[in-house]
Amino acid sequence: MDSNFVLPVIKSTQNIFEMMFQLPVEIGEPTMGSIDQSKFDVSGIIGMNGDVDGNVVISFPMSTAQRLVSIFTGMECAEEDTEDLCDAIGEIVNMIAGGAKAQFDGMSVSITCPSVVIGANHAVYGRKDVTSVNIPCSCDCGEFCLELAIKSINKSEGASSGASASATS
Amino acid sequence: MKILLVDDSKTMRNIQKSILTQMGHEEIEEACDGLDALSKLSSFEPELLLVDWNMPNMDGLSFVKEYRAKGGKSPVMMVTTEAEKARVIEAIKAGVNNYVVKPFTPDLLSQRIEETMSKVAA
Repeated sequence: MDSNFVLPVIKSTQNIFEMMFQLPVEIGEPTMGSIDQSKFDVSGIIGMNGDVDGNVVISFPMSTAQRLVSIFTGMECAEEDTEDLCDAIGEIVNMIAGGAKAQFDGMSVSITCPSVVIGANHAVYGRKDVTSVNIPCSCDCGEFCLELAIKSINKSEGASSGASASATS
Repeated sequence: MKILLVDDSKTMRNIQKSILTQMGHEEIEEACDGLDALSKLSSFEPELLLVDWNMPNMDGLSFVKEYRAKGGKSPVMMVTTEAEKARVIEAIKAGVNNYVVKPFTPDLLSQRIEETMSKVAA
């Protein structure tokens, strides 16, 4: 994967957490490969297409997701509030991807509507032809992780290509 | 003032609604996508519309084009994650009056709403 996509996603995540939650985000050492989903219960997934192809996944332990959503919505988020939790996590990954793609210089990129998966030990499978970069993050609400799998594509390839990700739980 | 919020995220609609309520606006209608918004236009007749871009069924840009084509004259603010200059130009060409990029602070959204309405009044 082109490393030039990593920094915009990190910067966008930090910007959103600071503006919406007033929370600084600490970034760990990025590694190649998929997220170890055993630590996470909630994932927000969004596809990118156009001059790039791929997806961005943000994964949280349930407690971290609930704390963030409580700050975001201004209301306590109980575990049974699945619909509200999914809606808010979807909006977070939507803002991260939107903020990141605006920093992809000279590229025209569209984002898909987000999807959210809830469940212990779920797995998110992205594109097989792009190596994922896994970025551990932490804030005062707990740890979370970003996983990106994005590649540049030739415009001639773009017509037949689409962002994709599937999930199981 | 009658305000129509068009966003597929209930969370974002609630946040915007709360800011609008704090500004003193009480007549607020919500729609979850462009098609839903179109269906509410005749009964609600909004004086200001806050519209997201990326939504299922009908996106915000298509909705704005349809709204203007139907003769809708009220100011439209796009409230979206789409931050590229080319997107802003595309939106303005479609008939958007002002543009707010998510994430936003309550102060920024309030300021843009006041700015939009004062331009219309001028």
